[in-house]
Amino acid sequence: MSDRVLPDVTAESIKVIAESAGIGQLPDEAAAALAEDATYRLKQITQEAVKFMHHGKRRKLSTADFDNALKLKNVEPLYGFHAEEHIPFRFASGGGRELHFYEEKEVELGDIINAPLPRIPLDVNLKAHWLAIEGVQPSIPENPPPVPKEDQHAADRPPGVTAKPSGKDGTKPAGKPGKAEVKGLPSEVAGVKLKPVLTHELSVEQQLYYREITEACVGSCESRRAEALQSLATDPGLHQMIPRFSTFVCEGVRVNVVQSNLALLIYLMRMVKALMDNTTLHLEKYLHEVIPAVATCILSKQLCQRPDVDNHWALRDFAARLMGNMCRNFSSNINNIQSRMTKTYTKILHDEQSHLATRYGALAGLAEMGHDVVKSLLIPKLKEEGEKVKMLMEGPVHNSVDKTAAEHIRALLLKHCAPVLAKIRPGPDNQEQYKTDFGHLGPLLCAHVVKARQQQQQQQLQATTTTAAAASVVQRPTLQIPQGRASAVLSAMAAPRTPTPQPTTPSLLTISRPSTPANPPSTPTTPTPGTPNPQTKYIIVSTTKASTSTTLPSTSTISSSGLASSSSSAASTIVKFVSAAQGSASGGSEPRVLAQLPSGQKYVVVSVPSSGQTTTTSQGKTQAVVMVKSEGQGSQGQGSNTGITSAAGTLAQLATSSSQDSTKSSTGLQGGATPKPNS
Amino acid sequence: MADPNRTVVVTDGSNDASAVSGAAAGVQSSPKGEKGAGTDPSKMDQQTLAAVLQFLKNNKLRDAEAALRREAKLPDGNGDSGGSSRVATSGEVSLVLSAYESEGDLARYCEYYNSLSSFIESSLDAHKHELGCLLYPVFIHMYLQLVYNRHEKEAHKFFNRFSVEQEDWHQEDLRTLSTVKTREQMEGNDLMDTFRSSKFVLRMSRDSYQSLRRYLKQNEHRELLSILQDHLFIDVFDGVPRNREQVQATSGAMMGEARRDANKVKVLYGLPKEPDINVPLDDDDEGVEGEDKPKKKKQKKDLLLNKNKKADPNAPPPSRIPLPELKDADKLEKVLSWKEGLKRVPLGRENLPSICFYTLANAYQNVSAVGVSEDSSLLAAGFEDSNVRVWSLSPQRLRTMRNASELDQLDKEADDIVERMMDEKTAADSWLLHGHTGPVYSTSFSPDREQLLTSSEDGTVRLWSLHTYSNLVVYKGHNYPVWDVQFSPTGYYFVSGGHDRVARLWGTDQFQPIRMFVGHYSDVTCIQYHPNSNYVATGSSDRTVRLWDVLNGNCVRVMTGHKAAVHTLAWSPDGRYLASAGVDKNVLLWDIAYGRLLAEMKGHTDPIYSLCFSREGSILASGGIDNTVKIWDVQKVFEEIAGSDDLTSLDRASLVEVGSLLLGSFQTKATPVLKLHFSHRNLLLGCGRYQHS
Repeated sequence: MSDRVLPDVTAESIKVIAESAGIGQLPDEAAAALAEDATYRLKQITQEAVKFMHHGKRRKLSTADFDNALKLKNVEPLYGFHAEEHIPFRFASGGGRELHFYEEKEVELGDIINAPLPRIPLDVNLKAHWLAIEGVQPSIPENPPPVPKEDQHAADRPPGVTAKPSGKDGTKPAGKPGKAEVKGLPSEVAGVKLKPVLTHELSVEQQLYYREITEACVGSCESRRAEALQSLATDPGLHQMIPRFSTFVCEGVRVNVVQSNLALLIYLMRMVKALMDNTTLHLEKYLHEVIPAVATCILSKQLCQRPDVDNHWALRDFAARLMGNMCRNFSSNINNIQSRMTKTYTKILHDEQSHLATRYGALAGLAEMGHDVVKSLLIPKLKEEGEKVKMLMEGPVHNSVDKTAAEHIRALLLKHCAPVLAKIRPGPDNQEQYKTDFGHLGPLLCAHVVKARQQQQQQQLQATTTTAAAASVVQRPTLQIPQGRASAVLSAMAAPRTPTPQPTTPSLLTISRPSTPANPPSTPTTPTPGTPNPQTKYIIVSTTKASTSTTLPSTSTISSSGLASSSSSAASTIVKFVSAAQGSASGGSEPRVLAQLPSGQKYVVVSVPSSGQTTTTSQGKTQAVVMVKSEGQGSQGQGSNTGITSAAGTLAQLATSSSQDSTKSSTGLQGGATPKPNS
Repeated sequence: MADPNRTVVVTDGSNDASAVSGAAAGVQSSPKGEKGAGTDPSKMDQQTLAAVLQFLKNNKLRDAEAALRREAKLPDGNGDSGGSSRVATSGEVSLVLSAYESEGDLARYCEYYNSLSSFIESSLDAHKHELGCLLYPVFIHMYLQLVYNRHEKEAHKFFNRFSVEQEDWHQEDLRTLSTVKTREQMEGNDLMDTFRSSKFVLRMSRDSYQSLRRYLKQNEHRELLSILQDHLFIDVFDGVPRNREQVQATSGAMMGEARRDANKVKVLYGLPKEPDINVPLDDDDEGVEGEDKPKKKKQKKDLLLNKNKKADPNAPPPSRIPLPELKDADKLEKVLSWKEGLKRVPLGRENLPSICFYTLANAYQNVSAVGVSEDSSLLAAGFEDSNVRVWSLSPQRLRTMRNASELDQLDKEADDIVERMMDEKTAADSWLLHGHTGPVYSTSFSPDREQLLTSSEDGTVRLWSLHTYSNLVVYKGHNYPVWDVQFSPTGYYFVSGGHDRVARLWGTDQFQPIRMFVGHYSDVTCIQYHPNSNYVATGSSDRTVRLWDVLNGNCVRVMTGHKAAVHTLAWSPDGRYLASAGVDKNVLLWDIAYGRLLAEMKGHTDPIYSLCFSREGSILASGGIDNTVKIWDVQKVFEEIAGSDDLTSLDRASLVEVGSLLLGSFQTKATPVLKLHFSHRNLLLGCGRYQHS
């Protein structure tokens, strides 16, 4: 109990307070008596304030609760503690005393009066959605995801754990251990504990959704694509489908790199970005498929049909940024993505033979890894790269392709190194100094650094002005009397006077779309739940009906034997997976390839065997590496892309599992995964 | 064995305040006699000695006093000296608080308390739990005596040593108590006043009581005895002692359990006969519906008639409370709502409701109250910045009335006069009502949807017109924050309750309250009008739920069992069952017929702020600031008690053993559930404010 009584006002505090109020020598006795009484009063007020918190139906005690409690006790409330932000207590010590105090700044009235009026905050609005339909919670953005991210994560972590029911009440269990099957590798392999394959059943709605989304993502209609990407980025409850999406992306990249189909690669990368943006998804366990695909888009020697004209640089930049994000989000001590990717990039840079486009990709990749990486890896290389660029641009052999590549490399280096240099190099910037330090790029770099410095200064200036303005705004309500009707209105107007977007201004709900502001709430008798949401195409209410759904292995090895056969060039190639049951009832284990040619667009339909070629999820990484590797070999076979080989080779090192069984599986799979020679 | 005189006094109390005090006096007097008889000579000597010492002290004969002390081997009487000197100095204060004046040896309180608790620990398992309830009130009063008699140090020690042993649900009060450290602080502390002026009620079987008496006889602890006499009321009943679960189920209230006799009055909980809806209106409907299938129409009429014919034996006579007369519009309303009811979806274990959730987005200030009109067409939200906003939930937009000159030109005989009165140009989705000067804690629509009541921290209740969207009346009377206000199901009357511990019944046309319901020991936090308008249920932060008779203002039911403040109540549609919930995160279900606890529903992780029964009463929905709506199968409980409606177990709270009642739990993204409401068709509406983190 004594520890609960501890929060007492001490006599010392009273003395300090007395001092600040101008009473120099307060007798100890008086201080003690005052301290005791102050403690009692404070506790009493706090207890009353808690009452107001409960009636305000909140979990957090607010300063207004204290005001109300004081009013209740017939004490004049304290005015001026209405800042929305945290009021920081400063700490100071000296003279053997430790003090915590609240810094009170003097506010210039004129500044506040002359401050520009802020935006008017958005009006309160009422929006309806279905929380449950006959006892089942629909998976719409307005509802929390059916399986919280933590649960997805937890379900993945313990290696021995088998299928864990992911649905809570309404949704059906995600995996059925009974159907789990380990093929190819007998589970009796000594000492190796194999994790049974999780098979996910997709309901008809989910299959429809999958088909629509994938078609829209790679289709020709930009507005549909935007919708589909929006859905991928915001909809909860997609976790059951991520295996399919990640496989779709990785297979798509594989095919389209061979095809040099730049547009499709860009679309696929946008899909990856959308999936990463979705806060309800846990992508970590599918990185083995996603990272090689993204890395391919950064590093591949050839990504487009006409490297001299097409802007494949943009794709490399975009993919590099994605990779940077992934490293930041997912890198851990166990998977070490960041360091492995960095190694991959530097290896390419060290290799004198590497293709220029690949070099560009590696540089871009490094540049997106953050300032530290730029500082330690990119800046030391500036001189060397500068020479290379110089040689290409001014060298004897004029090759337009090489020249553009050199230009891009130069622009990239300038863009990313200048801000970092501006930070780490003390001014003033001297052209000559830069020349000696960085060689060919020196003078240009110098100009950029100067520019970067100016920008930074401007930003700082802005920042200070905005904080000053913000501070004045924070102070502003202190001038109001927070009581009475008129003042309440005033403070309501005053507080959102913030020039910068910040938590005080109520922002639009994430769930309310800008396209449908202030929906008229629907009638309760005939509620229209999903109406105000054009983006959501499908509301998957239930995930039952196992009879119509098909089983797909979570890490399905899609035999790419068909891919090469269809690799005759087409305007755009669309890879689409159709489950075996839909493709054909009998051809379960046989990969089926169907090709259609509707008006120049080519659909490569790869049928996935229902339970045929499955590998354990624990070996997924290896498998993915095999994918890239085989692709590299495939392209090597075609004799066009040598750059990829190196990339794939290095990527192969990315695979952590160099253990025995993984090599086994990789060799076992290689045959199936190697594309057939071009017909 | 107990003397018959005492038994009669103890068991025969009544809910009437004067009778209670009479009974209390009886309780006080009889043990006194008993004590006189039972005291042994040594104790007598002690008393005499104390009196002599007091005399010497008062006459400032210090040496004589010291000598006597030495001789009698008494410790230096700090307590006595402190007490007496205070008596001399501040007469009035002592008069007020003199209940705590004690001349006993206060320093030995720790010993007494220890002895009592070890006695309880060592007593038979059957009695242990009933006797265990003694510890808390004894602890409190001992502490207060120590503080009152200026033994601050001992009090502190006593508190630290024994407060941790008290039950969890007492800790909140103990925290309040722990702040009281000196006698000056005891004045003006609400909790102190309550403990001083009221008796803590304990219920005990006769056997347990006998064992307590034996203990008291053996260990002549005078102070303990006086605490038991002065501050406790022990309600003895004949029967088997209650077990731990039963004791715990009903304990938790600030001043102990309800007296058994407090729940004896018959409550007319049934619903009155539906008034006959006259035929012209039905014809009207036929006209509207056109050439509808005549067969179906016939059926409907029969149903309506059948419903009207049913007379509930428990229903109060219709004239018991003067109710406003039904207007034509009201009758039409009734017919319409009844028709809506025909389209109702039956709910139950197999058929869970659909929930339509209304999210308030962009609310700059916190939303502290949400109200929904009976027919689910209007929603009112009260904000902490003193605003009230009314939304229409139906496609019908909100319009104001035309101004006077325009109204004057209208043809008053027109059939659609109500429609014509409205100004189409003013149609809006929502209206903002300014007027309060503090957070708005409650909103309630009148049944005809023409008026809105709001209550606020500023101590007022305001009546707003939903025709002009302006304030009509300000009801002042509470002075302190008004936590809840609600219209009666028939309109005109309304009740409000607030921090002043009083619930008031008002008529919309009067400035003065018609009834005051006084009895709660702490704030009246929530109010719910009984469906038949004859009763009002109130929940309080003294952790009790009370039922008041509107006719005479008497408290007819006191129900204890909550372990923290009650924040929401809901009546079952048939008027017999009441559900309550609050800060203790449990939903309790009560049978009003006998005032007993039926079921406890646990599952929420944060305070519950909303409850609602489905229209046929088979399902209960609860929602709170843990952002979840939970659906409970109360039908199961009702079926259970219908089977075993024996009157013998009524005295004790016997929880119906039915396992978990939870049917479903639905979480919102980040929206606390502040209001739940079942529409006529059993669609569940929820509302809350989105809280972006």
